Amino acid sequence: MLIKREWVWGYLLIAPMALGLAVFYLWPIAQTLYLSFTESGVFGGQTWVGTANFTDLLSDEEMLGALGNTLLYAVLVLAGVPLSLALAALLNVPGLRGLSVYRTLYFLPVVTMPAAMALTWRYLFNGDFGAINYVLGTLGIDGPYWVGDPDFAIYAIAVVGIWSSIGYNAVLLLAGLQSIPRHYYEAAEIDGAGRLRQFFRITLPLLTPTTFFVVVITMINALQVFDLVYLMVDLKSPALSGSRTIVYLFYEKGFVQNQRGLAAAIAVLLLGLILVLTAIQFRLQKKWVHYE
Amino acid sequence: MSRPRTWPVHVVLAAGALVMLAPFAWQIVVSLQTLPDSLRVPPKFTPSWQWSNFADVFRSVPLARQFLNTVVVTVGVTAGQLLLCSLAAFAFARLRFPGRGAIFMVFLAMLMVPGELFLIPRYEIMQGLGWLNTLQALIAPGVFGAFGTFLLRQFFLTLPTELDEAARLDGANPLQIYWHIMLPLVRPGLLALGLLTVMWSWSSLLWPLVVNTDPEMMTLAAGLASLRGQFQTNFPILFAGTVVASLPVIVLFAVMQRQLIAGIAFTGSKG
Repeated sequence: MLIKREWVWGYLLIAPMALGLAVFYLWPIAQTLYLSFTESGVFGGQTWVGTANFTDLLSDEEMLGALGNTLLYAVLVLAGVPLSLALAALLNVPGLRGLSVYRTLYFLPVVTMPAAMALTWRYLFNGDFGAINYVLGTLGIDGPYWVGDPDFAIYAIAVVGIWSSIGYNAVLLLAGLQSIPRHYYEAAEIDGAGRLRQFFRITLPLLTPTTFFVVVITMINALQVFDLVYLMVDLKSPALSGSRTIVYLFYEKGFVQNQRGLAAAIAVLLLGLILVLTAIQFRLQKKWVHYE
Repeated sequence: MSRPRTWPVHVVLAAGALVMLAPFAWQIVVSLQTLPDSLRVPPKFTPSWQWSNFADVFRSVPLARQFLNTVVVTVGVTAGQLLLCSLAAFAFARLRFPGRGAIFMVFLAMLMVPGELFLIPRYEIMQGLGWLNTLQALIAPGVFGAFGTFLLRQFFLTLPTELDEAARLDGANPLQIYWHIMLPLVRPGLLALGLLTVMWSWSSLLWPLVVNTDPEMMTLAAGLASLRGQFQTNFPILFAGTVVASLPVIVLFAVMQRQLIAGIAFTGSKG
């Protein structure tokens, strides 16, 4: 009898969450898929237009520009992963004191409100009175206008993206480093392998599963960047052509210009892009990720 | 046994930490400068102790109101997440019911879907309910989360089965087992989820930006975003605003950093 009642309890306890997820997750997914095949009518409502939104977007200059900017941003931020790896390796040096102090300092950008930090960085990157161009100037380099220049904006934004994710990735990688069994190193020491050799022959290979996880997460997050672009580049700035990302375009179409169908199609394309790139990562992992 | 020399490591780590901290230091310095000082070329790297900037930022925009909004939303979302996620996680981990595996797979699948796919229909739901420019529009979608359910389920799974069996023999029903026995034992998980939720909720921008366009009903993140045009030239006041907005989470992190980092490392290793 007890067993019979158990399933009632099971359904009862998951019911609030399941209902909420159905309303705020499942239904929206179905609705967005539907909307992506429609266009906003003049008098409101949506009319079915088939795949027109997708074919339009795939030949639209703004969309292609946004796709290019997003991919460039993702590559730049991924290039920051080795920095996190180096940081994690340094924090893992045996006998290092002050680990928790360093961890806290490097983690601070992760917990801070991106809006607040993006505005600070925007000021640092100011072409006229920004500290970054001042420092470059003392080195004899004439810095560009950064977030005001379509050729440089995405690089400035990527600097902030890397700065704010180094600590997060390093914490994950450090956890991975600490789970490598000591006896591998003890055996290597007996064999006379030096520090550097141990790092490349033991640490890096055994850390590849964590590294893979970090790379995939970083990539998925980078493909969805919005906050930094929205806050660092002005709505009417010419730099927007060089820094508008896919989610930024989605926001513009869906909530500024009220083109719901088109915005929905952009969201669906983003989902497709994330799935394809993640699938490629999983394919590639067979070439470099070692599982014990 | 001689300790290995670590000072070269300290030099590198300290130099890196300076780079990480420089924007924070600069934010505080500028928030205490006068307007002309903030625009100087070359930059003035010291504060002018203009404390009135902090009073001005609260006077010039509904920042006090936005601060309160952000607190209410963050507390509401976090409380809701902790309750609903732990209920569902307990059921998934400790109770048997038909379709449990399949339903959990649906939960997991939702973790993979980028948030942008939910945005437009959620907006329309809020519009239909007449909830645009209300705080419940910011709280309601936030209290449901597949991630929190997954995270807490992992914690519930680590508890020994003898606990439930003994309680059942004593006549306790699942809700009593959940509340009196299991919940206290997964406190580290609740703490980790709570901290992560506070962090996300406090900082989130896109949804608040879309759903609440009235400055009185905005959160701090959206409020700051709207300030950036208005106060383009008044950096000291803008920066006083950013200091006020970032401080609570930084203080929380300073107090609870060990638990937060443990939570993140946990999601990494088990994710």
